Amino acid sequence: MSRSTGTTVTRVIGISAALLLAWVVVSAFFVTPADAQQGDAVRIMYAHVPAAWVAYLAFVTTAIASGFSLARRHRTLGFDRVAGASAETGVLFMGLALVTGSLWGRLTWGTFWQWDPRLTTTLFLFVTYVGYLAVRNIDSDPQRRAKRSAVLALLAVLEIPLVHFSVVLWRSLHQEASVLNPDGDVRLDGSMLFTLFSGVVAFTLVFVWLVIHRQRLSTLQDLQQGAGLDAAIAARRNEVSTRSVGGA
Amino acid sequence: MRQAFAVARKDLLIEIRARLLLVRVAPFALLVLVLFAVALDSEPLILRAAAGLVWLTMLFSVLLLVQRAYDVETEDDALEMLLTSTVEPTQLFFGKLLAAFVQLLVLSVLLVCGAVVLYGATVTAGHLVLLVTTVSCAAWGLASVGTLYGAVVANMNGRDSLLALLALPVLAPVLIGASRATEAAFGSQTIDTASGWAWVALLAVFALVFSAAGAAAFGALMEPEA
Amino acid sequence: MQAVTTNDTAIRLTDAVVALGGFPALAGVDLSVGRGELVALRGANGTGKSTLLRLCAGLVPLSRGAARVFDLDLGDDRSAVRRHVGLLGHRNGLYADLTARENLEFTARLAGARDEDVEDALQRLKIDGRVASTRVRTLSAGQRRRTALASLVVRRAQLWLLDEPHAGLDAAGRVELDAILRDATDAGATVVYTTHESDRPGGEIPRTVTLAGGAVVTDKPSRRP
Repeated sequence: MSRSTGTTVTRVIGISAALLLAWVVVSAFFVTPADAQQGDAVRIMYAHVPAAWVAYLAFVTTAIASGFSLARRHRTLGFDRVAGASAETGVLFMGLALVTGSLWGRLTWGTFWQWDPRLTTTLFLFVTYVGYLAVRNIDSDPQRRAKRSAVLALLAVLEIPLVHFSVVLWRSLHQEASVLNPDGDVRLDGSMLFTLFSGVVAFTLVFVWLVIHRQRLSTLQDLQQGAGLDAAIAARRNEVSTRSVGGA
Repeated sequence: MRQAFAVARKDLLIEIRARLLLVRVAPFALLVLVLFAVALDSEPLILRAAAGLVWLTMLFSVLLLVQRAYDVETEDDALEMLLTSTVEPTQLFFGKLLAAFVQLLVLSVLLVCGAVVLYGATVTAGHLVLLVTTVSCAAWGLASVGTLYGAVVANMNGRDSLLALLALPVLAPVLIGASRATEAAFGSQTIDTASGWAWVALLAVFALVFSAAGAAAFGALMEPEA
Repeated sequence: MQAVTTNDTAIRLTDAVVALGGFPALAGVDLSVGRGELVALRGANGTGKSTLLRLCAGLVPLSRGAARVFDLDLGDDRSAVRRHVGLLGHRNGLYADLTARENLEFTARLAGARDEDVEDALQRLKIDGRVASTRVRTLSAGQRRRTALASLVVRRAQLWLLDEPHAGLDAAGRVELDAILRDATDAGATVVYTTHESDRPGGEIPRTVTLAGGAVVTDKPSRRP
């Protein structure tokens, strides 16, 4: 099969994403000013914030698609593919957010890791979805995989607020907050805000582009498996008719 | 609940016969307590960490117990017999949950005693109610998550590591909450009894949420290997 | 195929395909079994007999075609049928650390059967007395098979699906098994089992369906010798 997963729509999305990303890179390094407190470290923000945003967007998408996949009796596999594609992309961006976040933390806090509630929750979320992907990779029967992973994705929706709440409660007991600005809040001027916003849009476009392609790829894989089944059924029947002539 | 009790009774009867808890899990858990003490190598530090170490050990023991609870079902394909029977998935879930809960209660009593003996933790009579409530809520939460995620990986290859990967992040609130509440019950300087009860509330909410989720989701998860 | 009213049909498969890991274990099976019927499935190894049983038990997904058991659509929701099924697979589904009696008592509690039913089943399969209070782990293969069969008797399902129930039983056990299956169908249950046994002389020969290559090749009605 030489079918491509690209269409006019995805090409437009892909090219816009590439152009916008190029602009974000130029703007982040050469147009925006350094922060008064954080200096050049603030430039990490232009990759970090959009990556974290896309990661959370991806998991919301996975949860919603899983909900639809469970609720509907038929055509559940389409939603399942979207859920899986979105989770894969989400794990990628969440990894990116964690790496950029800890680099920024090293420069600003002096440590790679701070047990900040937001960071800790993100880390747990990351591990949860790595587990989700591991389960997706094991199951062979698509229907069962769809059901099982949809349940897992919805359980994760239950889990994350509980984890976040308990981590917030846990950290609030510790009064020895770091002397450095713990939230990393930055006062943004116009060019910084615009670059950040462009970054969010660009990363979102990349996310949409990746999910559409990944989802179509799984569809093609399933189609190919279906075509293989036709041939296998024919072969299995054939083998009988030749053998049973003498046998029965 | 007739079927749930039948399942729980069956699981506990098997446990009494095979004595896995006594022979393997309990020694493992106590050994971990000892090893933690050796690794930390400082008595004040060990005393401060006592509650956390107890619950970290519980977390690992849950994995062993749940593994075993599903090994029993898959060993001779009894799970298929259960699936092709009149048992409701919800009842099956609560039955297995109840059996795991009872075993975890026994184990936690053992570990708290271990912390008292090995780490020098102290429990006054006034803190006993807090401790018992903490242990009950936390054990119920651990058992429900373990039973739920154990069903996800039962019948799968490489399920040991997968169960840890799936269940441990979910159990983080139990680890945090039970450790803090137990710290309060051990009479720690850094946390008062009132905050201890606040953590118990969190544990109770967690246990309720995951019991309900498990009851709802169990049917969808208990699918046989094709 | 003539139209049979659904009330009389226990199993109706139409061009049923079951793919296991891409391999069509069943490659288009057409089969109709009436309520109260006794059906023997025959065929060489790997012809799809076990998969056919597991399809009817609602344990494997239907890939193509149509499958209805007790008027429940397996392609739509295969779990609904399971509560009507008593399955004996290749393995016995017993708990090794419980005694034979405890295993049966567990089945009875789940199915809502009485304790007398347990004792009756133990006697019927000749595993009462000392054997009944022995842990299954230490029983012989034949005794375990008898325990699993006794569990089915206690279970009293509407549809009995047995995968090579005769294997591992002694001659007396096989005769006893045939009588149990007859009793089940007389009581209105439908029984489908796979076998490699040659037909026993003297007894009534049940309807015999032969599979090859994941499809039905012959279907002989029951007959008296």
